[in-house]
Amino acid sequence: MGSGMLIVLAQTRGIGMPEPVSTFASEVDWLWNFVTIVSVFFTALNLGLMAYFVYRYRQKDRNDLPHGQHHNTTLEITWSVIPLIIVLAIFVWGFRGYLSMATPPANSLEFMATTWKWAWEFTYPNGFKTNELHVPADKPIQVVLESRDVIHAFYVPEFRTKRDIVPGRYNKIWFQVDSEPNGVAFNGAIETETLPDGSKKYTDHGAKKYRLYCAEYCGTNHSKMQAYVYIHTQEGYNAWLAAASNWQEGLPPVQVGQKLYSLKGCNTCHSLDGSRGNGPSWKNLFGYPQMLKSGDSKVADEAFIRQAILEPNSQGIVGYQPVMPKLNLKESDVSALIAFIKSQSDKGPYPQTSPALKNGR
Amino acid sequence: MSATPQSIPTDIFGKPVNPQKGDSYLTHDRGILSWLLTLDHKRIGLMYMVVILASFLLGGIFAIVLRTMLAMPGANQANHASYTDEQLAQISVNNDFYNQAFTLHGAVMVFMFIIPAIPAILGNFVLPMMLGAKDVAFPKLNLLSYYCWVGGGLFFVWVLGKGILNTIFPGMVEFWGSGGLDTGWTFYTPYSTSTGTAATAAVAGVFILGFSSILTGVNFIATIHTLRPKDMGWFQMPLFVWGLYATAIMQVLATPVLAITLMLLLAERMLGIGIFDPALGGDPVLFQHFFWFYSHPAVYIMIVPAMGIISEIMSVFSRKRIFGYAFIACSSVCIAIIAFIVWGHHMFTSGQSDLLNAIFSFLTMSVAIPSAIKIFNWLATMYKGAIVLETPMLYAMGFIWLFTIGGLTGVYLAALSIDMHVHDTYFIVAHFHYVMVGSMMFGLLAGMSYWWPKMFGKMYHEGWSKVAAILIFAGFNLTFFIQFIAGSLGMPRRYATYPPEFAIYHHISTLGSYILATGLFIVLGVWIHSLVRGRPAPANPWGANSLEWHTKSPPLHANFEKTPLATDPYDFDDWRWDENVGGYVMNENTHHEEKTAQTK
Amino acid sequence: MSTANANHAQHSEDVRQPQLAHHFDTLEQQYSSAKLGMWAFLATEILMFGGLFCAYAVYRGTHPEVFLYAHHFLNTFWGAFNTVVLLASSLTMAWGVRAAQLGNKPLLVLMLLLTLVGGCSFMVVKYIEYSDKWEHVSHHGSGSFSLFAGSRNAFYTEEGEFTDPTAVGQAVRYGESKQHHDEHAIAHTNQAGDLHDAPAKTLEHQSKHATEQGHQIVDATAAKTLDFKSVQTRPMPTDRSDIRRPAPAPQGLSEAFEHIGGIPAPYETLADAGTGHSVVTWEDLDDRQQGLVSQFFQIYFMMTGLHGLHVLIGMGLITWIMIRALRGAFGPSYYTPVDLVGLYWHLVDLIWIFLFPLLYLIH
Repeated sequence: MGSGMLIVLAQTRGIGMPEPVSTFASEVDWLWNFVTIVSVFFTALNLGLMAYFVYRYRQKDRNDLPHGQHHNTTLEITWSVIPLIIVLAIFVWGFRGYLSMATPPANSLEFMATTWKWAWEFTYPNGFKTNELHVPADKPIQVVLESRDVIHAFYVPEFRTKRDIVPGRYNKIWFQVDSEPNGVAFNGAIETETLPDGSKKYTDHGAKKYRLYCAEYCGTNHSKMQAYVYIHTQEGYNAWLAAASNWQEGLPPVQVGQKLYSLKGCNTCHSLDGSRGNGPSWKNLFGYPQMLKSGDSKVADEAFIRQAILEPNSQGIVGYQPVMPKLNLKESDVSALIAFIKSQSDKGPYPQTSPALKNGR
Repeated sequence: MSATPQSIPTDIFGKPVNPQKGDSYLTHDRGILSWLLTLDHKRIGLMYMVVILASFLLGGIFAIVLRTMLAMPGANQANHASYTDEQLAQISVNNDFYNQAFTLHGAVMVFMFIIPAIPAILGNFVLPMMLGAKDVAFPKLNLLSYYCWVGGGLFFVWVLGKGILNTIFPGMVEFWGSGGLDTGWTFYTPYSTSTGTAATAAVAGVFILGFSSILTGVNFIATIHTLRPKDMGWFQMPLFVWGLYATAIMQVLATPVLAITLMLLLAERMLGIGIFDPALGGDPVLFQHFFWFYSHPAVYIMIVPAMGIISEIMSVFSRKRIFGYAFIACSSVCIAIIAFIVWGHHMFTSGQSDLLNAIFSFLTMSVAIPSAIKIFNWLATMYKGAIVLETPMLYAMGFIWLFTIGGLTGVYLAALSIDMHVHDTYFIVAHFHYVMVGSMMFGLLAGMSYWWPKMFGKMYHEGWSKVAAILIFAGFNLTFFIQFIAGSLGMPRRYATYPPEFAIYHHISTLGSYILATGLFIVLGVWIHSLVRGRPAPANPWGANSLEWHTKSPPLHANFEKTPLATDPYDFDDWRWDENVGGYVMNENTHHEEKTAQTK
Repeated sequence: MSTANANHAQHSEDVRQPQLAHHFDTLEQQYSSAKLGMWAFLATEILMFGGLFCAYAVYRGTHPEVFLYAHHFLNTFWGAFNTVVLLASSLTMAWGVRAAQLGNKPLLVLMLLLTLVGGCSFMVVKYIEYSDKWEHVSHHGSGSFSLFAGSRNAFYTEEGEFTDPTAVGQAVRYGESKQHHDEHAIAHTNQAGDLHDAPAKTLEHQSKHATEQGHQIVDATAAKTLDFKSVQTRPMPTDRSDIRRPAPAPQGLSEAFEHIGGIPAPYETLADAGTGHSVVTWEDLDDRQQGLVSQFFQIYFMMTGLHGLHVLIGMGLITWIMIRALRGAFGPSYYTPVDLVGLYWHLVDLIWIFLFPLLYLIH
């Protein structure tokens, strides 16, 4: 293989790989292509030889008994040593690539990813939390990974990196996406869109969006445990974070509650249309009596809902597994959620008309 | 094949024999108890065959179910904007169903089919005969290990039955607790300690299945050490025996660690011990270390005996002595040893230290060497041979193809930086199906079609059997090769739903799995047809020279009329083709004949 | 070669001894086969216990203070007694094998009987020890299987009480217990002064008493390892000053210890220190302390329980060969079962030799 070929290898994306986006993606892809070429060569060699032998040395007579050579130490050593050299080279390159993935630069910007079945929550340096990860480009980003229940994993195929999220320990993952080859830009403004329910959505149209998967099996909705990573320019990131951090301002509690409903992942278990999830649907929950496991029946009033949020599973509604996690909520968040739940009931104080609520997921 | 081989049984010299009552092991004793309580290794092998193939069918049904779910448009709801609320409400139910399907597929296939299949069916049947022995060293232990298998299997049936009945009659949950299993076959903590499905019973089942494996391993080690003919040295043993020996060592040394791991897991579920529980200061990754310390050798428990079979077949069907016997034999043992020091490569992304990752990556790379040695030696065996493409040879060549691909993709995974990308994606799924399923299944099918005439004394339909082999090969590659691409593009494994861009790969893969299933059912048909209508098999249809071919087909209850002497398993000079017999017969006046005479 | 074959063939046509199974040519072959199989089986046993020892090592490595503390609940005297008993029974077993080889039937039966007596007394002592611990632990909690209720897999309620997981349901585990820990941690930081004070006083109180009485704290090393910071095992993220830090993940027992303010001195010391009891009993420990001791006992019960099961199996086997010996089944030409059971018994003994110091003699 000439050096020209190596350059070609280094410049192309991995064969059958997604777009290489992070800074170490090209190194991975280089090695990937190298291993692929080696593999294709050896596969072709084996299969070619096999096909040729089958044709060339096919049996002509049942009693043919060729007495060919049946051992050759030189040959054996040759075909032991050549693969050995190749795999050692692959090992060294693989390890070098891994080291750069494993050691976050000291100046990296740190985020926190908290996971539970089956949601992501990202904490920004200013304390703001959402279920999407927005990060600036051209800067090493480190994400501290925390799980509240079982093992999950942080995986973005375009970044070529992955890390398990193990309860009881803090794993880290880091990556850097450069704006230059990836087309990250900032057009000077964050578009603020008021959704029909009154909540706001902040969009940076210059940002790039990548899918983030949970890659370690974690139960029922493992395959739904996905999120997005947005890469902004530094200015775009600053503007977005400033806007998004203020999202509650001026919003009525019901709308804050509706936003929290998806932000905090309530929507993974509680439907709004009466269909059954892991938890009771919020449709017509408020004001209606609930059968408890203790045998009592209680009307779901404000105090009931408040306790259900703050002390999950303490009341135990019949027919549901006690799987609700305890969320980190401010007092105002709880009030907003209660307001939102009330709005979903025909016994609540709000007229039940908002069409947008139907697609709250 | 000959035009009209005669349809009466013959002995190894091609002389017709009168089949007498009670002559073969199949007819030696009658009645169901004579099977259930038999100490005859051949009968135990056949009993294993029945139950193991039944569990293969069961695991296969789950495979088809989950592949079908993945192909259904309704399953593809990751972007669920276009779905109605009613459809969305079904998602959780579907996901649970899918999770249980892939878990049971994996657990049944791994613990009940892939690990025991070749040692328990073919090893039991062939090993003593290859050594010219009358039985394995401990026949009673052999029967016990069979019933351990059945006992462990019953736990799975219990788990599965509860799961199915609970689905049909939801009220039954109150009666006997939840069923099914959704942990994945790896039982990773803390998911497995917290799931509401019947993980306890399933883990207990695997625990008992483990004892079946241990006892078989102990039995084979003692058999190979002490029941060889006096004049058979270690390097005169057939390579299948070497494969079984390496396998037995792994079974004996690795399975107890699985047993204790599962015991700790059970203790954690039932009693509240916190070894793996982060809330009590335990470590979930410790479970992974324990688990893979067993389960990585288990992967080689699956593949090494299959390699032994391929070595036999490559030589016999190339009509030429195996190339590099000593290297193949030693590479089996070498793989068995390496098996114990590479388990950490399953945990590259778990956050274990970089040094450990580097060490395990390095050690894992070393597996490539013995694997490469085997493949090149098989190819060299074909070189200048007289290759005959009977069914076993087709499967064996398929094995080499699949194992080459499976092995080389293993190099991708051993390379640390690439593994960061493809770990827990469909790339892994494809890789281990190529190695564990493709190779092992092709090894098993090769071995079954190779020894089938010996086991049942009947030939099978060569044409249909070749059709099946080709269908299986095509179906397998269609199913799994496409998954390499899906995986490298980032499709995570164990996903019930997926983003739309992966749909095409799943559709192709599902199509392949149907073709694969069709091929396997044709094999079943060929076998049943053979049992019912097959012509009597000659003593040696392939012209092989290892000792199991030195007796009638099917063998006598005591295997041999007289204790045979060791032969060179890869020297085919003494056999010539006999058109009338439809197989090979031994030359009457060979030195071998004289040698055997001496034993009288 | 042909002579060997001749011998070989001759053997098989000899009058076969009744003990010789049909698939062996000679008794020697059968013997070596059985012995090899037994060794292979013993290897699996060693690896099985090896896994358990490995788990022990990991848990002890991460929580040395629990082991240091809780082993005081084990009675070293009876542990040592059992060690001696097992060693002696190993000797009688070996002697028995010798007797079988020599064909001395009365001696063989006697030795097997003595070995059996050794096994029995081992199990009797174990039974006493177990029922003692059982009582200790079973007073705590109200689960259906109350022995281990003290630490039901961290099923904490909000009040920090352990609850029965069957009542709570299987799926809530880590999340809930973590929440509990989090709250504790928060409380801990908020009112650091208050919380730290009380336990510190207790400890001070205890050691003061001890020194007043002219005794040293028996287990000085235990006191030293009270430095819980040094035994924290989960890597904490460093330099995360720029984000709001969530409550730390639970540190398991180390952290729980922190909350109770330290390890009470060993109960012998407390007895000497004149706490009012002659001996500090299980009831003197608070819930959390009981939970911690239970942690140790779970491992203790796992290891000694599995070993005890092996002793029981061994005793069954010895009884079986004793009956066969009484019937005169063994002699110089055939004593394989005696030999194999002997090997097994030695292994059981060997494992205890490791268990005893690891569980009873922790320093």
